[in-house]
Amino acid sequence: MSDPVSALQGATFDGFATIREIGPLGMITLRAKELKSLDKAIKAAVGTKTPAQRRIEVKGDRACGWMSPDEYLLILPYGEVATALAAIGKALGTAHHLAVDVSDARAVFRIEGAAAADVLRKLCPVDIDRLEPDELRRSRAAQVAVAFWAQDGGFTLVSFRSVAGYAMGLLTHSAQPGTALS
Amino acid sequence: MSTRLSKGGRLIDRTAPAEFTFNGKHMRGFQGDTLASALLANDQMLVGRSFKYHRPRGIVASGPEEPNALVNLGTGARLEPNQRATTTELFDGLEAASQNHWPSLEFDVGVVNNYAARFLPAGFYYKTFIHPRPFWKHVFEPIIRRSAGLGKAPTTGDADRYEQAYAFCDVLVVGAGVAGLLAAQSAADAGSRVILLEQAPSLGGRSPVDETSVQGQPVDDWLAAVEADLAARDTVTIRTRTCAFGVYDHGYVLADERVADHTPGDGRPKHRLWRIRAGRIITATGAIERPLSFAGNDIPGVMLAGAVRDYVVNHAVSPGDRTVIVTNNDSAYLTALALKAAGLDVPAILDAREAATGALPEAARAAGIRVLTGKAIASVHGTKRVTGVAICAQAGEGAVQEEIACEAVAMSGGWSPVVHLFSHCGGKLLWDDGISAFIPDPARPPLHHDGTAMVEVVGAAAGLLDLGAILQGVVSTGISARAQTKGRRKQAAIEAVKTSVSIPPVWVMPQGAPIALRSKMWLDYQNDVKVSDVQLAAREGYQSVEHTKRYTTLGMATDQGKLSNINGLGVLAEALGEEIPQVGTTTFRPPYTPVTIGTLAGEARGEIFQPLRRTPMHASHETSGAYFEPVGLWRRPYCFPRAGETHDQAVHREVLNTRQNLGLLDASTLGKIIVKGPDAGRFLDMLYTGVMSTLPIGKCRYGLMCNEQGFLSDDGVVARLAEDTWLCHTTSGGADRIHGWMEDWLQCEWWDWQVYTANVTEQYAQIAVVGPNARKLLQVLGGMDVSKETLPFMQWADGTLGGFPARVYRISFSGELSYEIAIPASHGAAFWAACIEAGKALGAMPYGTEALHVMRAEKGFIMIGDETDGTVIPQDLGLDWAISKKKADYLGKRGQERSFLANPDRWKLVGFETLDGSVIPDGAYVVAQGTNANGQRNVQGRVTSTYYSPTLKRGIAMGLLNHGPTRMDEVVEFNTVLGGTVRARVRDTVFYDKDGEKQNV
Repeated sequence: MSDPVSALQGATFDGFATIREIGPLGMITLRAKELKSLDKAIKAAVGTKTPAQRRIEVKGDRACGWMSPDEYLLILPYGEVATALAAIGKALGTAHHLAVDVSDARAVFRIEGAAAADVLRKLCPVDIDRLEPDELRRSRAAQVAVAFWAQDGGFTLVSFRSVAGYAMGLLTHSAQPGTALS
Repeated sequence: MSTRLSKGGRLIDRTAPAEFTFNGKHMRGFQGDTLASALLANDQMLVGRSFKYHRPRGIVASGPEEPNALVNLGTGARLEPNQRATTTELFDGLEAASQNHWPSLEFDVGVVNNYAARFLPAGFYYKTFIHPRPFWKHVFEPIIRRSAGLGKAPTTGDADRYEQAYAFCDVLVVGAGVAGLLAAQSAADAGSRVILLEQAPSLGGRSPVDETSVQGQPVDDWLAAVEADLAARDTVTIRTRTCAFGVYDHGYVLADERVADHTPGDGRPKHRLWRIRAGRIITATGAIERPLSFAGNDIPGVMLAGAVRDYVVNHAVSPGDRTVIVTNNDSAYLTALALKAAGLDVPAILDAREAATGALPEAARAAGIRVLTGKAIASVHGTKRVTGVAICAQAGEGAVQEEIACEAVAMSGGWSPVVHLFSHCGGKLLWDDGISAFIPDPARPPLHHDGTAMVEVVGAAAGLLDLGAILQGVVSTGISARAQTKGRRKQAAIEAVKTSVSIPPVWVMPQGAPIALRSKMWLDYQNDVKVSDVQLAAREGYQSVEHTKRYTTLGMATDQGKLSNINGLGVLAEALGEEIPQVGTTTFRPPYTPVTIGTLAGEARGEIFQPLRRTPMHASHETSGAYFEPVGLWRRPYCFPRAGETHDQAVHREVLNTRQNLGLLDASTLGKIIVKGPDAGRFLDMLYTGVMSTLPIGKCRYGLMCNEQGFLSDDGVVARLAEDTWLCHTTSGGADRIHGWMEDWLQCEWWDWQVYTANVTEQYAQIAVVGPNARKLLQVLGGMDVSKETLPFMQWADGTLGGFPARVYRISFSGELSYEIAIPASHGAAFWAACIEAGKALGAMPYGTEALHVMRAEKGFIMIGDETDGTVIPQDLGLDWAISKKKADYLGKRGQERSFLANPDRWKLVGFETLDGSVIPDGAYVVAQGTNANGQRNVQGRVTSTYYSPTLKRGIAMGLLNHGPTRMDEVVEFNTVLGGTVRARVRDTVFYDKDGEKQNV
């Protein structure tokens, strides 16, 4: 079998901020609500707490983000998805839930640099100054859905895989040298 | 002549000259000039021709209210028409050209309209061109459109970049004059996050020109101190060159930042659109000076008094050696004093008032300037520039008492507060008799969701025209203290602040002017509307100001009546014998000043005009030379033409090869939605017309989805993955819509059903392996048993193929032996390459969407969007077999029972084959006898899919026909685009392999 390839195969751009396409990352959509064993399932899958509303729990290269009242996004190394799915299945058993591998359905970008937030300010209708440090923000970048959060001094942004080229185009346009907002 | 003074000019940098051209003529200015000030410094008083009469026009104003000095700026890919010289910052290398003249600015043929002015009164076009009716569209309009118009439209793409940005604040202050600066400061003091926007490059508004001191400090020191204070606060953001042009509900404000207008080609975006969400908005937008309506008030050299002193003080530009001032208020005396201070001559100040006794008139008299009260201008001498004025009594009819030679006239008809932003969202205005202007009514501001004021107004924009009142107003409206100030308290506070300025109404000068003078008094410079036009409209019965505006075009030009509206209202009210508040004002709508389209488009152009969805194999298709077509936002290969092949030839080859050997289709765009839960079966039974709950694990079933009205909405194959899990395939364009449709029902209607869905469309690359050699290819790849016995038609299996994890569906949309293989998207491109490579020996060729369409039409399979158009129910398409008769309900069932949908007279799907083998044109109708009430041919059906079938070597078609299935072998006629008809025989819809033997091997 071939190695998995991300949508843009690690494209990068250097402007007033640096844009890097990263991945592929392992991602699982977990849909469940008010289950006693949910905390255990998330812990078993990625080793984090269950995030509060609009928050993301990050632990090394694993994370769990709150996506909606009954949806979580689990992030982990690409090769460990099957194990994690099995762990979730074991923890939740027959309780009503849905856990699916969406690793290949996404594109992930890093936006880095002192003015990284300005790249997002140009694309997302989000009050970035009021973004909490552990906040996962579901929004849009221009015309497509994205989610992002602050991490390691920059931002991690997730889009759908099919629009990875568009997302990279947006980020590149917005990070042109000399165009930071302040 | 206008010229540069040897000294002064607070904004210009004499050490930084800037060369520019105007109509090809080389000129020099300085950094800090506007294009307007630089033109005046080069004695270019004539800058354009008017729209209708092509009269010579000069610079009137010094800000965004300028109606005349509109130029074509730049050339080629940087050409921008209708740019205001007064707000265009000069830069070295600027190229400008005047507009609206032919053949040249100096000699314009269109000026004959001027002499024919009496034949072009208000409403001329409406009156003249209404008969004969068809002439308007075919004769008059094209000619008028060609002769009208301002600047040239660019013919090439825009070389510049644009972008947008979002911002959020507690308090947005618009305008950085004294009032705006103080408001921003006190809002920041109160702990608010503040954004302060200023349209000019520098702060201060009119204060550096009009004031000597503010709060006891010299004005420049005061400004520097406030600016430094604001800059030091990290809660305050100041953006200059940024014009807030629209206020919308919920504190949403749009602003246009001119980032690189003055530094073209430096790589920065030319403009940036700010999309600001503000807790509340304070407008400190100042006031705009009004012209006076006297005969010849449009001759180059007649300028607003405030603009004249702006040019003198800011840019050291003299409008001429001798400037006559004409006014109805004190502020124009500042101009006289400024001119005098610059060493220029002011032969007279003509004050329309009977007495002028304030401090400024006294100062003028003390400076030795001749002040004539009760006087007016009877007419201005000159054509392309002012040579003198004739003086008369304001109270009279224009009998000339004296003539004065001069080069310029500085006029002031009072000041109109800029109430636009206050009004955009419904703020109401009051008429203020004291200053003869509309002011914002603080008791009726535009409101937030909670009933509090969304917009507050301070400074001259609130009608406070003197510094004392402005300072007092900002403090007493309690900007700093306000959290929940109630309207009443605020109104009381504002009423306590009174401006000491008084401006009597002077709408026509002299007040008894005869028609000969009134038809030379311009109200709207850009649209050439005169006092006589508005009076004519009133005589012709136009009472509503909105009707008069449209009839005369007053205020409808690109300046949106910033100079003309109030004067026009005054004239209309007098003509109607009513008060101005009764006549009312026209509606203020965004944008406040014109915004270039590129700013609104922002980043959305070129490659990122819209999101383009690519499958994991997209790059490979591009390398293969695929010709793409849009499918929703996806790009899918339409066909894979080889060297020398037309697209038709490529499609025919792909169809035949797939039928004879092996075809490969990128089907990744197909929607894939997982539906799981104890109630998932019941849920799908409601969504689909058929039964999905009984589908055994491991099997596939074709299903139809309808909307509540019963119309067919989507179709696809459903696979049962586990006891409580199904996978629903949707159409390529339908995945997001159907996923949303499912969630809508689950979240809003059947919220107690235990079902979860997940859209996994993009998780998988999906490849259709189609044709007699399909199984052989999979066997070559190896890894799982895909034999007829293990994996029969309409079943699926998980396994590996060529080392790739694969889910294989044995389904067919072509009628051939066919497998659809889902692979994780990250391996999609590699698997596609593996199939191409392994397929070489088996005659594999990729095929595109058109071959897919042809093959499915040969088999009589319907296509959502071809056979359906939102008015078609499954029964129309003969799909009754896919509709469960046993189920109590499904979405659309009741809709389909309505009388029109249950009517046996509906058009129903049949096949057609032309008698001569030709292809029926797309969209053709089956004609019937006679014509309808509109004289159109009656029809009895239409084609829905029509193709040349390379397999059958003839045209084939499906279509809807009245009572179709009962009319087999009947010959009907289709109309064609070129006229005439095509005869076709009605037949069943399956043209190829009716028994389905080929797919079931």
